[in-house]
Amino acid sequence: MRPMMTGERPRGAGGLASSLALLVCASLFLASPAMAADAPKIDTGNTAWMLSSTALVLLMTIPGLALFYAGMVRKKNVLATLMQSFAICCLVTVTWFVIGYSLAFTAGNAYIGDLSQFMLQGFGKTWDKDFLLGGTVDTTIPESVYMMFQMTFAIITPALICGAFADRMKFSAMCIFMVLWSITVYSPIAHWVWSTTGWAGAMGVLDFAGGTVVHINAGIAGLVCALVLGKRVGYGRDNMHPYNVGYAMIGASLLWVGWFGFNAGSAVAANGRAGMAMAATQIATAASALGWMFAEWMTKGKPSLLGIVSGAVAGLVAITPASGFVLPGPALIIGIAAGVGCYVCSTSVKNFFGYDDSLDCWGVHGVGGIIGALLTGVFAFGPLYGGTGGSAHQLLIQCYGVVATLIWSGGMSFVLLKIIDITIGLRITKDEEVEGMDITLHGEQII
Amino acid sequence: MKLVMAIIKPFKLDDVREALTPLGVQGLTVSEVKGFGRQKGQTEIYRGAEYHVNFLPKVKIEVAVPSDLAEQVVEAIMKAAHTGKIGDGKIFLMDVERVVRIRTGEVDAEAL
Repeated sequence: MRPMMTGERPRGAGGLASSLALLVCASLFLASPAMAADAPKIDTGNTAWMLSSTALVLLMTIPGLALFYAGMVRKKNVLATLMQSFAICCLVTVTWFVIGYSLAFTAGNAYIGDLSQFMLQGFGKTWDKDFLLGGTVDTTIPESVYMMFQMTFAIITPALICGAFADRMKFSAMCIFMVLWSITVYSPIAHWVWSTTGWAGAMGVLDFAGGTVVHINAGIAGLVCALVLGKRVGYGRDNMHPYNVGYAMIGASLLWVGWFGFNAGSAVAANGRAGMAMAATQIATAASALGWMFAEWMTKGKPSLLGIVSGAVAGLVAITPASGFVLPGPALIIGIAAGVGCYVCSTSVKNFFGYDDSLDCWGVHGVGGIIGALLTGVFAFGPLYGGTGGSAHQLLIQCYGVVATLIWSGGMSFVLLKIIDITIGLRITKDEEVEGMDITLHGEQII
Repeated sequence: MKLVMAIIKPFKLDDVREALTPLGVQGLTVSEVKGFGRQKGQTEIYRGAEYHVNFLPKVKIEVAVPSDLAEQVVEAIMKAAHTGKIGDGKIFLMDVERVVRIRTGEVDAEAL
């Protein structure tokens, strides 16, 4: 996602494209603003791939994540759960256009961007130019495409949080929380890690496609939501069996396919690194799915469909920060670690502490994100990104990234939830919860 | 007249219907029901959350027949729905005071 580290330059797919890219790079070194260029510098191959990736990542939220979550809730809350992902998609699109993109990707300071691209101003002038991230790093794609690609990440991150408070949050409260969260939590953390001026990127935190920015971020926010909202009525006593695990399987499969846009797209180029990210993603996901399946088979006696698809999602999460930094061998190890680790955290650990993280937002995204972020520091392969590779020092830097995300996201989420709780209230009434959110909040239901 | 009500395993429904037709049974009402007997329930596990499902899906059939046919019907259902495993179900036999065919107003034997 952060397209190039220092000293790195984009490479085109073919010979002609790469020589063109070299020319572009050379001119970058010589003439600094490079705005007066007469030859087009947009790389069509890279742009085509990024347009495709953007569509793939949007597919992850609608309908991928929407179906994944809706399949796991009870019949009376299926439509409300689908509605959450869809509404967040629309809300964050507008938020990102108005202020989110500007706060995340303009220069600003080390902690947050500025308002120089409020309402995406400036797009009318630069629409046919290659986008220089932070004015310095050439992405070789138009800024409209870069902004859209990043928008799809900004959309899925809050949508992931919905898994933690399933079945019990007011729709109005959720809309307000998600908009505020996108502005005050997502944009700053994306800025830290992926902008040219952010402190985490400068420190050397490796996060290829969003282990910290997307998954740990959403995971900890979800855990805070689960704790602040409290358990569902009847949790641990009533039969809360999923409406349709088949929906969850379809949703997880769409997530898997869309994730190639998420991870391989984060190379911001159609190049060897994107290919390696794709390979690592596939291998880690399969390994994690098998890890979860066998762990469940051994401890509970049966390998469940919900188990294997949950394991696949855990693997996708864990390989996210690592994908452009590791080779296929380590991807397998990261996958197995995520499958088994997330299984334990979503079952035994959750039951031990007794919190109702209903669809395991923390257990899968938080824990999987942390496993992936830390193992990236261990297994990073230097030549792939022009860095020094995995080391104890890199692991320590990864820890800073993880801890900072946990603190900022957890703390801000808590504050936002408390403010909303005091003003309009967070939770639906007990009667509404028993009756189901589909009919009480949206006036629709599955018969 | 008698009413035979039987609770059977869902996948035995077609066998039962085929066994009753040769006996001259003219009609049958079927409902999908849930319940438990000695079979008790099953355990479902979703991501480590265990739910004991007390009520299992069954099919209830109801057939009203002339009294002299009742024993044969009971026997036919028993044979057709039998698997020998726990959970095969039960048959209840009861008296019927009156039957009315709504379309014609015919009563009792003519209405069956």
